Amino acid sequence: MPTVHDWINNPLGIVEDIFAQSNCSPDWETKVLEYFKEKLKDNEAASWVPSLNDVPVHYLKANSLVKFRCFIQDMFDPEFYMGVYETVDPSSKSKVLRSGKYKDVAECGHQVDLNTKNAVTLERQTFYCVPIPGESPWVKESYSCSNPARVVPSTSYAPCRHKRSYEEDEDMETQPHKQKEQLAGPQGTTDIHGSGDPKRLETEAPSSLSNAASGCSSPLDLNFPLPGEKGPACLVKVYEEWELFKVNDILEVYGILSVDPVLSVISEDKDSSLVDPMDCTESVEEQRVHCPPASLVPRLHMLYAHRLQHNNPLLPPAASEASSGFLNDVVSVRGELLGYLTHVLLGDALAAEYLILHLISTVYARRDVLPLGKFTLNLSGCPHNSTYTEQLYRVIQQLIPSSFRLGMSLHNMNNLRLVPRKDYTANRLLSGVLQLAPNTSLFLDETQLEQGQLDSTGVRNITALGNLISWQKVDYDFNYHQMEFPCNINVLIASEGKSLLPCDCHVRLQPQLAPPNLEQYISTIQVSLSPSLLNKFRIYLSLLRTLDYSISEEVTKAVEDDFVEMRKDDPQSISAEDLHRLLVVARLLSLSVGHTTLSRDRWMRAKHLETLRTNRTEQQKCVNGNEP
Amino acid sequence: MSSPSATPTKDDILCAAWSEDALTPPSRRRRTDDASTSDLQPMPTSPVTDMRSPAVQDTSLFSSPAPFSHLSDTIDMSSPLTYGTPSSRVEGTPRSGLRGTPVRQRPDLGSVRKARQVDLHSDHANGPEAPASEHSVGQKLVIWGTDVNVGTCKEKFQRFLQRFIDPSSTDDENAGLDLNEPLYMQKLEEINVVGDPVLNVNCEHLQSFDADLYRQLIAYPQEVIPTFDMAVNELFFERFPDSVIEHQIQVRPYNALKTRNMRNLNPEDIDQLITISGMVIRTSQLIPEMQEAFFRCQVCAFSTRVEVDRGRIAEPAVCRNCNTTHSMALIHNRSIFSDKQMIKLQESPEDMPAGQTPHTTVVYAHNDLVDKVQPGDRVNITGIYRAVPIRLNPRQSNVKSVYKTHIDAIHFRKTHEKRLHGLDEEAEEKLFTEERVRTLRELAAKPDVYERLSSALAPSIYEHEDIKKGILLQLFGGTRKDFSQTGRGGFRAEINILLCGDPGTSKSQLLQYVYNLVPRGQYTSGKGSSAVGLTAYVMKDPETRQLVLQTGALVLSDNGICCIDEFDKMSDSTRSVLHEVMEQQTLSIAKAGIICQLNARTSVLAAANPVESQWNPKKTTIENIQLPHTLLSRFDLIFLMLDPQDEAYDRRLAHHLVSLYYQSEEQLEEEFLDMAMLKDYVAYARSYIEPRLSEEASQALIKAYVDMRKIGSGRGMVSAYPRQLESLIRLAEAHAKVRFSDKVETIDVEEAKRLHREALKQSATDPRTGFVDISILTTGMSATARKRKEELAQALKRLIQSKGKVPTMKYQQLFDDLRAQSDVAITKDMFEEALQALTDEDYLTVTGKTVRLL
Repeated sequence: MPTVHDWINNPLGIVEDIFAQSNCSPDWETKVLEYFKEKLKDNEAASWVPSLNDVPVHYLKANSLVKFRCFIQDMFDPEFYMGVYETVDPSSKSKVLRSGKYKDVAECGHQVDLNTKNAVTLERQTFYCVPIPGESPWVKESYSCSNPARVVPSTSYAPCRHKRSYEEDEDMETQPHKQKEQLAGPQGTTDIHGSGDPKRLETEAPSSLSNAASGCSSPLDLNFPLPGEKGPACLVKVYEEWELFKVNDILEVYGILSVDPVLSVISEDKDSSLVDPMDCTESVEEQRVHCPPASLVPRLHMLYAHRLQHNNPLLPPAASEASSGFLNDVVSVRGELLGYLTHVLLGDALAAEYLILHLISTVYARRDVLPLGKFTLNLSGCPHNSTYTEQLYRVIQQLIPSSFRLGMSLHNMNNLRLVPRKDYTANRLLSGVLQLAPNTSLFLDETQLEQGQLDSTGVRNITALGNLISWQKVDYDFNYHQMEFPCNINVLIASEGKSLLPCDCHVRLQPQLAPPNLEQYISTIQVSLSPSLLNKFRIYLSLLRTLDYSISEEVTKAVEDDFVEMRKDDPQSISAEDLHRLLVVARLLSLSVGHTTLSRDRWMRAKHLETLRTNRTEQQKCVNGNEP
Repeated sequence: MSSPSATPTKDDILCAAWSEDALTPPSRRRRTDDASTSDLQPMPTSPVTDMRSPAVQDTSLFSSPAPFSHLSDTIDMSSPLTYGTPSSRVEGTPRSGLRGTPVRQRPDLGSVRKARQVDLHSDHANGPEAPASEHSVGQKLVIWGTDVNVGTCKEKFQRFLQRFIDPSSTDDENAGLDLNEPLYMQKLEEINVVGDPVLNVNCEHLQSFDADLYRQLIAYPQEVIPTFDMAVNELFFERFPDSVIEHQIQVRPYNALKTRNMRNLNPEDIDQLITISGMVIRTSQLIPEMQEAFFRCQVCAFSTRVEVDRGRIAEPAVCRNCNTTHSMALIHNRSIFSDKQMIKLQESPEDMPAGQTPHTTVVYAHNDLVDKVQPGDRVNITGIYRAVPIRLNPRQSNVKSVYKTHIDAIHFRKTHEKRLHGLDEEAEEKLFTEERVRTLRELAAKPDVYERLSSALAPSIYEHEDIKKGILLQLFGGTRKDFSQTGRGGFRAEINILLCGDPGTSKSQLLQYVYNLVPRGQYTSGKGSSAVGLTAYVMKDPETRQLVLQTGALVLSDNGICCIDEFDKMSDSTRSVLHEVMEQQTLSIAKAGIICQLNARTSVLAAANPVESQWNPKKTTIENIQLPHTLLSRFDLIFLMLDPQDEAYDRRLAHHLVSLYYQSEEQLEEEFLDMAMLKDYVAYARSYIEPRLSEEASQALIKAYVDMRKIGSGRGMVSAYPRQLESLIRLAEAHAKVRFSDKVETIDVEEAKRLHREALKQSATDPRTGFVDISILTTGMSATARKRKEELAQALKRLIQSKGKVPTMKYQQLFDDLRAQSDVAITKDMFEEALQALTDEDYLTVTGKTVRLL
């Protein structure tokens, strides 16, 4: 157990000290920030800070330093607070200046003088943050393992801490979150404590899930983008440079946890709110959203935060640091991965090749409205009425940090809210499935779509998906107008025939083998994969995304010549659009072997791949003429 | 902090800011004496008017109390004991005309009567806040906490009202006023005539006239605006002593330059006058807010009034008449309430940085500003920014460390009002800094500005220079002309463009770009939109059961561009609404009892795919896209986006695409700057440049038109119609706008001609003859085709005649005979057309498979 650190357990005390020492000079704020930055510089020290992602709120000490790996779902209006205020001790009449920063409630043991000239009003911004949507179980697992912070329970609960110092357990964990069972309370946690048996945890999960539901029984909608998500939502109060953050950013926030029960009083005390004329500014709905009970939605006063490039726990925060060492054996890892995916794709190596390209694609730039680098893949020929797509998604989920599988059934299309919508009554952005963090994989399962009527919501949802794929943007619905939010989501469409959605690249799956029991087949492949190799795959896929890429003058020339040449033979054979795709394929192909420039060989290889792919599509056309 | 209360009575509540106090200089004190006497005088002389004031207010909210109680009221009020309160209700001024006019309370300013005046000499603690140097004139009295001296402030404002002239004013609020006379004196006259006691003052005017006064207004609105009220009323009743208006004139400043954007609001703006723009998203119901509480002693029936101070009422603990403690009871329906409404304002989408969600602010509207705005309105609000601490619990003294902020609205100004009234002005007053204007002007002065701008347009799309130029001109638009006097109605100024061509030639991308570029663009796809979605529909609000008109894409893009993708996939009924929009620029709605005509002055940028998925060069445009020619003729420019299939082009295309994929971030950044620049350039030209045709230009236009007609006339074809001339004029005007020129010159006409010809060449070329033939667009068939049809019909007629006197013939037989006779291939369609032509001549009839001669 690490030694008890004041700066973790009582950060407010440190803030007060610095404030008191500074004697009202305005630079005390920077001093505070520097102090904590200095403390957190040390990687080990940072890991002592308990994480809201792993530890349920009621185990955390109020006003202690915590960290939270989160996703900015909404931004509330800025609020003005008492930056500096003066208290008067009624007995001694002595006045003391106090700081209101990093606090929700002014400590009023004494009388507060609101009209003093020394009072300073300051501004802060509130972000509504939720855990990263679609984060794979292995990511959560791995993060909580690397975080040795122990939590001394603030209540009579037994300390809860799962030691997961083992290697990754390779069986697929189905329950999305770890918090669930921890929320279950004493009966679920006491016996698990210290045992570190993941199998046992799993058996515990269903019961604890129901426990959690009944225990909280909150009608409060925590507004997670994806259905079925769990975890703490948090109101993060930002004091500095909030304009640098954007909606849908993923952050790691270090801040002071505030769970003062007083914060929840307002919503319960409805009678009094009617009396106060100032209170009619907020409707009941709005109050519920903006001042939810602190036990459910804790407040976090940000001391330090950084935007995460990725949420892969196997990589250091700045991914480029790791690249140099890893790039040496990138080719061998690629080979292994190709083999693995070929097995998963029933022996189709070409599809596996394209799947790798798809998984490492990312929107790296935008030219006016055109997103560059996106590579939406349509895998057609997936067997209908089987669990194959689900198995395939499991495999992908195990490889990448965040993903979501959207079954495109008629019911889902007509009923799901894909596009976030502003709710003006509650004054918040109602989240939708398409509000996802950058580099999240969206797995669209079109095999679930059957014939039938799409209603207006359905049409809108399909249009939204189309826009997402073509322009990598989502138009959030603000009722009176729409607002465009650029995004960076890898879309993979699994379908029987060619998908009805647009896509950058369509690969027809040609299974080489037909295992009698698909499920068993896939799980055998997964089991035979060693954990260390799996981790290599994960690093590989996350790392290659971050590499820079360029094309030399010489190769540019060659590509141009090539294009002209191809057009000369047959103008119909290659259009500008084909060239676009070819350039993306070449780029991804080069990156997939760790090359950051395009070489002639790679270009030829890209062309070869494309030819194989188009031939296959045309063959298919000949076989059953009605496929478009 | 010591702040000597300067009022004669020590009671804070009773102290009135402008019933001058003991410390005022003698001259002013005399006036105060006058005031106090005039307070007392009117009571007996004009009790009726006096009685009216509370009665009016009361009846508006509650059942009217018995009138005699008011009499007792007035008697009470004249009692010296309650002197302070009535003085604030019937404000004392020395002018007799002011007597009868009641003061309307201004809850928007808060409890201003709390303001106390302070002598700077006697209170040095105020020194740092109030720059004493500005008051070296001898007036040392300022309102507590400010540097405002009531007397000077009043004089200055009166001087402003009497002298301010703004000959260059283009403000629509000043319509119909003589610009060379003092502006606000005319407005006062207007108030006298119309009887609407509100004076709107443009802060910009005030700033240009007296910057110091403006600064005071911005910094201390709560104190300065009542002073302005006072000043304006004195002035008004001096000029119009007999005027009868509902209540005293209230000054409503607007257009404060302090803050424009909601995002920039910060703690320093608290209690200052600000103007922000935004969109109303929600309005609350009317909230009655108590302004003055009425208490009556339950022992002796003595009554007193207490004003509400910051939402609180100081309940009198002791009856001043009979000295009983805790005997005063609140009488609700004798208290005075004012209307209040909560409005939620959201920042306008244009003001928002990318990737953030919009901020909202709470605004309170008071009295007659209630219900002035509806959700969805774009407004500029001028008001005072407030912050109020939140008490966690009324029973606790604990304070949450957060303030609630809101704006007390003083003035609303709808930015989009004009759409409904159809004023011929660009609704959006985009503000440009001088520096920006200079750069724009510099850019405009460059000889190649046209090329520069067109290449800055959608740089990621390769080539298609002429199409980009056409779209550029569309962005600028022509000059709006009004011929309604002569019965023709307005001439359309918007340029409509149709792009057709092979799929995958980045048409959609171009549309997306334009949609992102223009401030009021709409993007719809022909596949997904219905006529209703394009136009407007009537909806019943579930809450109010009120019928609401919901506008569709075309109306929403009024003054903007409506981009319609997959134009060919649009259903016929949907397309039919476009007919009216594209020529008359209006939309008529007759539905659910609502009959109205909405403005839809929108340019249409449409993209259509050929019917056969690939463009068939052997067919005409009409045949390729299967659109009704009536609609096609409404497009000024129709461009074909075809794959040119030529080596040099391929090479440049390849280079362009490859460079797209490896250009560095900085280069990308540069492009982005260009887009902002282009946006501003277009916005500036659209709002400030109104080119007119010069003499040479009109001659050139006439010549161009005559030439166009001549081309065709040689072959018996018409290659131009008046609509084409109108298009030419619009294009020339737009080109002049690109140059920031107020005159359309010959070069503009030349370019218009060139572009028009270019577009014609592409779209109206008869594939059989290779000549430009405008009748393809106007009648849907080229002249040669028509001629051929004619010939075939005649040939068929001859064939039938050659068969002699047979009354009936077999259809198939006839067809085969005709084919055998003809040396060109005759399709069934052609044959049927010929039969149809003969039927029209009443030569024969076709029934089933037999052809009968008549």
